[in-house]
Amino acid sequence: MKPSAILASTLLATSMFVAPSLASAAEINVYTTREPALIAPLIEAYTKSTGTKVNTVFMKDGLAERVASEGESSPADILMMVDAGNLVDLSEKGVTQAVESSVLSSAIPAELRDGKGHWFGLSYRARVLYAAKDLDLASFNYEDLADPKWKGKVCIRAGQHPYNTALFADYIAHYGAEDTEKWLAGVKENLARKAAGGDRDVAKDILGGICDIGIANSYYVGLMKSGKGGEEQAKWVEAIKVILPTFKNGGTQVNISGAAVAKNAPNKAEAVKFLEYLVSDEAQKIYAEANYEYPVKAGASIDPIIASFGELKVDGKPLSEIVGHRKQASELVDKVGFDN
Amino acid sequence: MTSFNSSSCDGPSPVNIVIHSGQPVATPVNARRGLRSGRTWLLLAALAALMVSLPVLGLVLEAMKGSTGLWAHLFSTILPVAMVDTVILLVGVGVVTAVLGTTTAWMVTAYDFPGRRVLEWALLLPLAVPTYIIAYAYLDILHPIGSVQGAIRWMLGYESPRQFRLPDVRSMTGCIFLLGFVLYPYVYIPTRAMFLTQSGNLIDAARTLGVSRRAVFWRVGLPLARPAVAIGVALALMETLNDVGAAEFLGVRTMTVSIYTTWITRTDLPGASQIALALLLIVVALVGIERWARRKQRYATDARRSRGLTPQKVATTKGLVFLALGCLPLLLGFVAPAIYLVTEAWKRYRFAGLSPRILDEAVNTIVIATVATVITILLGLVIAYAARIRPGRKSATLLRLSSMGYAAPGTVVAIGVLIVLAGLDRFIDRTALDWFGVSTGLLFMGSGAAVVYALTVRFLAISAGGIEAGLSRIPHSLDHASRTLGQSVSGTFRHVHLPLSKTAISAAALLVFVDCVKELPATLLLRPLNVETFATHLYGEAARGTYEEAAIAALAIVAIAILPVVLLSRVGSNRSAAG
Repeated sequence: MKPSAILASTLLATSMFVAPSLASAAEINVYTTREPALIAPLIEAYTKSTGTKVNTVFMKDGLAERVASEGESSPADILMMVDAGNLVDLSEKGVTQAVESSVLSSAIPAELRDGKGHWFGLSYRARVLYAAKDLDLASFNYEDLADPKWKGKVCIRAGQHPYNTALFADYIAHYGAEDTEKWLAGVKENLARKAAGGDRDVAKDILGGICDIGIANSYYVGLMKSGKGGEEQAKWVEAIKVILPTFKNGGTQVNISGAAVAKNAPNKAEAVKFLEYLVSDEAQKIYAEANYEYPVKAGASIDPIIASFGELKVDGKPLSEIVGHRKQASELVDKVGFDN
Repeated sequence: MTSFNSSSCDGPSPVNIVIHSGQPVATPVNARRGLRSGRTWLLLAALAALMVSLPVLGLVLEAMKGSTGLWAHLFSTILPVAMVDTVILLVGVGVVTAVLGTTTAWMVTAYDFPGRRVLEWALLLPLAVPTYIIAYAYLDILHPIGSVQGAIRWMLGYESPRQFRLPDVRSMTGCIFLLGFVLYPYVYIPTRAMFLTQSGNLIDAARTLGVSRRAVFWRVGLPLARPAVAIGVALALMETLNDVGAAEFLGVRTMTVSIYTTWITRTDLPGASQIALALLLIVVALVGIERWARRKQRYATDARRSRGLTPQKVATTKGLVFLALGCLPLLLGFVAPAIYLVTEAWKRYRFAGLSPRILDEAVNTIVIATVATVITILLGLVIAYAARIRPGRKSATLLRLSSMGYAAPGTVVAIGVLIVLAGLDRFIDRTALDWFGVSTGLLFMGSGAAVVYALTVRFLAISAGGIEAGLSRIPHSLDHASRTLGQSVSGTFRHVHLPLSKTAISAAALLVFVDCVKELPATLLLRPLNVETFATHLYGEAARGTYEEAAIAALAIVAIAILPVVLLSRVGSNRSAAG
């Protein structure tokens, strides 16, 4: 190819991407590990009511590294994450800043946000039990997963997945590492198949006769049952019922999705406004209705599908403590060969 | 190995004949110019190699920050298992791709049977299907509630999957075969090219000496094709090491998965970098061993007189058997998943219509892949050509260095790129602010440049390796003749090497393009705000479990990749271009 052609294609490529630094005032930039389809309804509603343009880029692994590497030149205003651990990681890496807002602190219960205002939980979900519909089972404890009577009947995604390490970390918070290791080895013994795939596979595999019970997130049931996942998933979810499991001496394990304001946010004021919008009645309703999550704001209504699981009793161990046990949980997963 | 350049440039050339006016002649001046030009190529190659190894250096810096107790933990827990699993997976995929790639390549070049002409290019099609897509497609097709098992139950008279079901596809065996059936074209392409362009004379000689066609394969065809098979298998294995998506779906724990766990779940990036570098060393060692094993062999034949092998007509029954055998990898690696994707995408389209963003995504995907391909090929050309005209340890090292990015997992490369480019971005921004009072923002991260850079780092191995293999088929006697006739190094490049290696260059370009379209982790981490490609869109849906939403994007990736794949087959069969 001729040099001129190369130059032309490079210029074309560059011109396609609007440089964020040229952005006008009423704009905010969001780095998110929350999937685009889940935040799109919130952003659309926000832009419609305020006129503020919201630029997003969705990433999975490495968001914290990217913001840290970009340093003071980073265009990021808001960092959205889907796991309490990730939010804590961000603040520990020093890429967030403290925000003082009476709107945020009055809307979000203290245990679902950082004490210094470095991150805020915006919605939460429960790690629940999917069980075959005709199974004679009305209540369940996480401890039961290791009960030999479930041998060859349990489905779960990879033990190293953050959804599971958070649950195992909660177990450590309750019982300590030694008992957790024994429990994990017991659960491993009970697995019907490799610990792999996603949460919805639990429902699919229960329909497929591979297993009887499994652990998965609450909101997937809403997505499948509402028909938003298509006809086939509606069939999968017909095969299961949902039980809110608890720890014997506690409640159901939950995890949050949330956001932080980036340390070098070029549009801090706008960013805080956006966060405040996310805890408004309108946004909290979207979280509940479009994403089937539990809203953080007291009094906000829950989607009927999710409400049908029964009263959620959130486990009392503080998020900050659970987050501290993640590394150990991950090491135990390796130790018992959970994913082998 | 001695070369023309180094030996002839020590003193004045004895040849001093004016051939005809206007043509450069081999005077001492020209010889010195040749030496300089050779140095220039080497220097350019060094720059290119440095550019793509910077991210690896970034990783080394990160790894040196240290991680306490990581290796003790790894050795006592997951490492033995992960190592064994990685080795089983690599050996398995290596065997499957080598067998499939070599036998199919031989079949379509050595024998004439019905359907051969279609198979010749159709066998490449599985290349268009990314590993994460094939894994997901088969997980669904072979699931107890899927159509295959449903049909089996119906035939056997069972009503529910609880009464009868096949073994789960989520296993090491499943992973080996699924990866093998989409990665074998990496072996098929170079091996078939080798059979086509090289072995004709030797094979005809063997035939004249009364050797049967089957024996020709074992005694002439295969030994001659060994470098091609080796390159192909190496590429397939590096793709395997890079894969995280398929392994995640199928529950196979490889070293690559351990890298992710260490980094993401234990927030230990230095530790993850250490594992990644250890893995990289193993790969470099493996490639080195293979090269060392055939260090004394030379493969160049007379490019001018080399002619392809004439396919032998076979009897009808045998021909049909060949056709069936040839169709098997095609059916499993492409047709079945493609039909699945088309059905799913159609269902999705009827359910939710077409996303309005799909056009933007198509443009982004194609532009990023095109720019990255052009740059990758140019750099590959420089590096491979420097190795040609200045053979020796230096240029060989540059070639190895430039291939490192392919062996490291995509996200890890992306992190390396991030460390390098974001650092540079900040420096430029700060300098501009200090000197001129204007902020430049992030020049590289804010444009698509970071993505293009990462793709170049990832895929330079394909381009440099492919072009080098192409150049190695041109006998050195041609360089000598051209230089003796007074052409400069660059002139020899333009008039001799470039025309003779066009095939290899186009093939490398098409492979790189397809890989860029399929690439996910680096694009995901490094792209600017508001830019989506098909791959990132697909991942955005797959990450939250809404695979059905991803079907259209998955189909689009396969569709975009088909065109270059078909072109690739045409490039390969154009014999005149290769000599």
